[in-house]
Amino acid sequence: MSVLVYAELDSGRFKKATLEACSYGVALATMRNSDVAAIVIGECHESELLQIVECGISKVFRVLDSHLETFTTTKYISVIQSIVRENGFNTLITSQSYNSKSITPGLSIRLKSAFISGVVGLPRIEDGKEIYQRMAFSGKGVEEVIALLSDIVISVKTNSFGVNKNKTGELNVIPFNFSLSDDVNDIVPKEIIKTSSTISLTDAEKVVSGGRGLKGPENWGMIEELAGLLGAATACSKPVADVEWRPHHEHVGQTGIQISPDLYIAIGISGAIQHLAGVNSSKVIVVINKDSEAPFFKSADYGIVGDAFEVVPKLINAVKKMKNSL
Amino acid sequence: MNILVCISHVPDTTTRITFEPNGKSLNKAGVTFVINPYDEFGLSKAMEFKEKSNDVHISVICVGDIETEPTLRKALAIGADDAFRIDTQPLDSFSVATLIAEWAKNKSFDLIFTGKESIDENSGAVPGMLAELLGFSFISYATKLDVNGKSVIAYREIDNGMEILEAQLPLLVSCQKGIAEWRIPNMRGIMAARSKPLTVINALQVENRVNTLNFKQPEGKTGCVYYSSDNPEELISVLSTKGII
Ligand SMILES: Cc1cc2nc3c(=O)[nH]c(=O)nc-3n(C[C@H](O)[C@H](O)[C@H](O)COP(=O)(O)OP(=O)(O)OC[C@H]3O[C@@H](n4cnc5c(N)ncnc54)[C@H](O)[C@@H]3O)c2cc1C
Ligand SMILES: Nc1ncnc2c1ncn2[C@@H]1O[C@H](COP(=O)(O)O)[C@@H](O)[C@H]1O
Repeated sequence: MSVLVYAELDSGRFKKATLEACSYGVALATMRNSDVAAIVIGECHESELLQIVECGISKVFRVLDSHLETFTTTKYISVIQSIVRENGFNTLITSQSYNSKSITPGLSIRLKSAFISGVVGLPRIEDGKEIYQRMAFSGKGVEEVIALLSDIVISVKTNSFGVNKNKTGELNVIPFNFSLSDDVNDIVPKEIIKTSSTISLTDAEKVVSGGRGLKGPENWGMIEELAGLLGAATACSKPVADVEWRPHHEHVGQTGIQISPDLYIAIGISGAIQHLAGVNSSKVIVVINKDSEAPFFKSADYGIVGDAFEVVPKLINAVKKMKNSL
Repeated sequence: MNILVCISHVPDTTTRITFEPNGKSLNKAGVTFVINPYDEFGLSKAMEFKEKSNDVHISVICVGDIETEPTLRKALAIGADDAFRIDTQPLDSFSVATLIAEWAKNKSFDLIFTGKESIDENSGAVPGMLAELLGFSFISYATKLDVNGKSVIAYREIDNGMEILEAQLPLLVSCQKGIAEWRIPNMRGIMAARSKPLTVINALQVENRVNTLNFKQPEGKTGCVYYSSDNPEELISVLSTKGII
């Protein structure tokens, strides 16, 4: 029951979600008493690879091929399929990055595997079977599933398991040569536009989010300032993105991005069920709203009933003070 | 252009989700079902093409039992030309994808739309599986799509950005917000939908690969702790003491 983790590089770096997938793979392999390895596609600095070792994976299949410099689903599916097959792995683990989410279903078909998407936590064992938990109904339900095949592909829900980088070991890189013909793909990536150099929303551990209660785009300065101080990403509700007070990629919720940070601060957001669907798996939720009846307070851990224009500047000062006293 | 839109029949986004006492399934009492919002983006995009050309045919398909027919009728009211229902209770993503693939494989669709995920299963599995089973090129998480003859330019969401791609039809595209605006069916559409064909197809025997044992509600929050708006410092110090910030 050996485990292979697809350790995805993003511009030569491993994101937290990737290291989380590695940590998950190691824990699962330990539970099963089996081997674990990782596959890394593309260029990166050796020190990046050491992070995987710290997560507990020494054996790394390394694929360097000019065809694979840009991601396409078909190419990446083919490479990972070869490594899994040639080395007899029967469990493949990935993060839930957009690119990983785009290849796992297809890979499960190629590998004749069962596909379990977005697991939260390690499986429990009952009658010798691994029972996995995943979220369903947009965070409103927890589903328990079992695979009916012995080969499985698993993606790990972002920020559900955590990164455990406390291991030591010798890095053992196994170069993997892969010949890919040019013509297998008719999708041609042309350009990548990164939205900002700041923290990516799906990866962020902390998120400060604003809603229609902030009245207009000119009032986002304090949101950005608070986020900056906390090292948080910024987000917004759907209507705010719809009227273009904020860019679309910041829109969280049922129809936007689903996030599960450690801390979500919602300012001037009512807490409509479609908004909650994108944020309800955040570990701690803080709500600031001038209406004490705002539905969001029902899902909050901490709340302040008050006018954002008074409360947020005070919060900013409080954070500054706290930082200065450290 | 022949377009297929895969429609998943899901509880309305405002539904309070509860489960049957045995945990095996959703408690459907009082639940309104709708077209999965992401699938509706795909259908709306298909309608944009149809409005620009007389040569566009839109089929919609759902794997589901008879309860899903009102949802398919709604898709017809929005403007699809015909609807197909593969008559079975879906067991897992693999069986859904296999059933749709088996049905669609010789039908020469130029474009297949799915949602990025269904808001009940949230697997995001059917599109990638279907593309693989049909041997279709696959663009996931599409936020923009322009088709010119056989040439396609698409934008897809990636972590912290967008990717611009070129492709050729035929193609499978999983849709998310941005690709089109939702449409509200008008009276004429609703009337017309009644006489459009909705064909029921017998489901092949497909073995599922994943078995759902049970559902339960997630553990709720224990209650909100309030801090005064005069003194938000307290909140900051609590968050800091707990190591949250
Ligand atoms: C199919 C569907 C999908 C949807 N998907 C999403 C989604 O993905 N994400 C999403 O966010 N929404 C989504 N929505 C919309 C959702 O239903 C709500 O309309 C939306 O979330 C409301 O945004 P809001 O809270 O910013 O605005 P409002 O509902 O207008 O709330 C503003 C809040 O700000 C408070 N407020 C006002 N002034 C102040 C002040 N000075 N200080 C402090 N508080 C103040 C008010 O008390 C109020 O609670 C969807 C809707 C549908 C039908
Ligand atoms: N039962 C179904 N019938 C038709 N299409 C479906 C069905 N289930 C899922 N899909 C399609 O696959 C997409 C992703 O669903 P899922 O993999 O369940 O998250 C949906 O947005 C639909 O387009």
